[in-house]
Amino acid sequence: MDLSFSEEDLAFRDEVREFLATALPADVKDRCDRGLHPTPEGQIRWQKILNEKGWMAPNWPVEYGGTGWTITQKHIAAHEFGHAAAPIALPFGVSMVGPVIYTFGNQEQKDKYLPRILNSEDWWCQGYSEPGSGSDLASLQTKAVRDGDDYIVNGQKIWTSFAQHADMIFCLVRTDSSAKQQEGISFLLIDMKTPGITVKPIIGLDMEHSLNEVFFEDVRVPVANRIGEENKGWTYAKFLLGNERTGIARVARSKRQVERLKDIAKAERCGGHTLSFCNDFNNKLTRIEVDLMALEYTELRYLSMIASGKQLSAEPSLLKIKGTEIQQRLTGLLVESLGMYGAPYEAERAYEGRNEAPVGPDYAHGPMAEHLYLRAATIYGGSNEIQRNIVSKMVLGL
Amino acid sequence: MDFELSDEQNMLKDSVERFVKDNYSSEARAKLADTELGFSRDHWKKMAELGWLGLPFPEEVGGFGGTAVETAIMMENMGSGLVLEPFLSTVILGGGLVAEAGSEVQIEAIIPQVIEGNMMLAFAYAEPQSRFDLNDVETTATKSGDGYVKKGHKAVVYHGATADKIIVSARTGGNSRDEDGISLFIVDNNSSDVTRRDYRTIDGQRAADIKFEDAKVGADALLGEEGGAYPVIEKVVDKAIAALCAEAVGAMQAANNITNEYMKERKQFGTPIGKFQVLQHRMVDMYMEAEQSKSMSDMVAMKLDLDDETERRKAVAAAKAQVGQAAKFVGQQSIQLHGGMGMTDEYSIGHYFKRLTTIEMLFGNTDYHFKKYAALAS
Repeated sequence: MDLSFSEEDLAFRDEVREFLATALPADVKDRCDRGLHPTPEGQIRWQKILNEKGWMAPNWPVEYGGTGWTITQKHIAAHEFGHAAAPIALPFGVSMVGPVIYTFGNQEQKDKYLPRILNSEDWWCQGYSEPGSGSDLASLQTKAVRDGDDYIVNGQKIWTSFAQHADMIFCLVRTDSSAKQQEGISFLLIDMKTPGITVKPIIGLDMEHSLNEVFFEDVRVPVANRIGEENKGWTYAKFLLGNERTGIARVARSKRQVERLKDIAKAERCGGHTLSFCNDFNNKLTRIEVDLMALEYTELRYLSMIASGKQLSAEPSLLKIKGTEIQQRLTGLLVESLGMYGAPYEAERAYEGRNEAPVGPDYAHGPMAEHLYLRAATIYGGSNEIQRNIVSKMVLGL
Repeated sequence: MDFELSDEQNMLKDSVERFVKDNYSSEARAKLADTELGFSRDHWKKMAELGWLGLPFPEEVGGFGGTAVETAIMMENMGSGLVLEPFLSTVILGGGLVAEAGSEVQIEAIIPQVIEGNMMLAFAYAEPQSRFDLNDVETTATKSGDGYVKKGHKAVVYHGATADKIIVSARTGGNSRDEDGISLFIVDNNSSDVTRRDYRTIDGQRAADIKFEDAKVGADALLGEEGGAYPVIEKVVDKAIAALCAEAVGAMQAANNITNEYMKERKQFGTPIGKFQVLQHRMVDMYMEAEQSKSMSDMVAMKLDLDDETERRKAVAAAKAQVGQAAKFVGQQSIQLHGGMGMTDEYSIGHYFKRLTTIEMLFGNTDYHFKKYAALAS
């Protein structure tokens, strides 16, 4: 057992720091630090910078464009990114469908899509959930019927993040209605410009447009766009969900939030002092900080197990549960730290064409947006209740 | 950076595991806890033979030069069987203080005896008013002739009755809450001017309240520098806290395993209660608390020998706070999930609950360490 970093690791850390200090655009950093989504343009600009550096896909095998970093280096990079408020690459392409394509796709699919993901030429979105299929994902109803070299897709997806910007969607569709639920599903890659696809916005409780409904009406999709075998899509879907849970703890981002809270507490006034002298506030913050430390070392311990060749079962579910709970406690405390200035809030588009800054202190712009958006953290990626079911079954054998 | 054990460490782990398996069935433990002594001198001999009592001491005095990681391995596995022998009191606390602050003569006289299993120690630091503050010392030691005269009341001294020598903190200068002016003394447990009241604790162990009424000790009883004992006490107590965290991890994992098995066996409404989602989720929460504690316990073992004292103190406070919180939750919920069975003395789960309850208190409870961490982190 040893917590220290090697000389090479420390040199790597300096390299990442140096890169972030010089390459991360100030406007992108500012939005990320506040807890606002990057603008689509800013996100893509940043991802192209990452790709130029060769750092777009740390988790991919080197032959497909991965970085070849050790687990320790990945950990170091994630922490430096979080500390510097550098946005992570949009997960839909590089973290979700990319690994499915290089693991289960054919050569043609790999050659076509992987470079375009790395260079952010395709914006991907995820076609999993349906109005009747949330946690019970395998009950999905969107149908794909074979017609010559095409499938004809009919149905509806929902909660599709950023579908309004997307060039491609990866979709779970039912190709066999007579089989058992999990056995009649296929995994399709669909061009969002195909006739018959309609995207309708869902305005979130943060008053922003990040969610959508996606409708499919007689949409023709070439059979060549199917990943792997017909009716084996559930296997690929589960592989993707398993990947999604690692890294979802977002420890580095939460550590940055703790720093922000401490800064705000030194500026906010409370009872004739600054908030940093308030025992109740400090007590809440300390408890989060210690829980976050426990999560950080749990993540490291699991990474160490993986590095030594041990197989994890549902342990990453713990990281998802604890990580998202901490994210929500932090954004909750951020809003709380603002006192009455927690209340003013307008959607970002309300400022378009107006030449004024949001009301209140500068640091008050962001926390409420993130607090509202992150209520979804315990729902997406398999709700925390579903994660507990998984741990109960896989680890505890109940 | 890694959390894996070396081959030697794995051997140590296997050997402690075997000892617990062979000697600490819940029936055997219950019998032992009920004897007057409260543990087994035969076990203690066995531990000495296995080299465990010399584990953390330097090789020059006959020890094995083990680090906090080896101590954690021992404590974690002893925790899973709720081992009763006074390893923490004698080796980590008493032995730790002597090794840290003792003169050559004192070390020579005590440490080899401890390693061979011939001498037991205890550390008397707490007082009725001190709560968890190591600096709150009202017991006085006043210079008199060649030695000192001690006056005061030491509270809840674990293994105070069985220790051959008791290490006592007393004030030789300063005000009652000053860090400066605290000294350590090695006191023979059979002195006639020491009054001791022995009693049992809820976790099956033994403790004592000890009163000194003008008790005389020689100058050679002074352990370390007069008035300068506080940093030594803090350092050794940090080691004890790390050891306790590891013990708690072992106890939590065992309590979880017992509860988990019970949920598979116990049937209600025609089905094992482990099939009920509300109970499954509770069990998952208990599992997660134990996992987080394991990470914190490993972390603090690795950080204990750091030169950066603030980093070390922060790590210790955070670990004890997190582990204390988890110990309470796991202990209490284990009882809940066992229903009526959890309330019996006969069934083992209650004993885990009780030890976890005292671990939460020892050397500062959860609130105390959250506060300490906050002060260090600001």
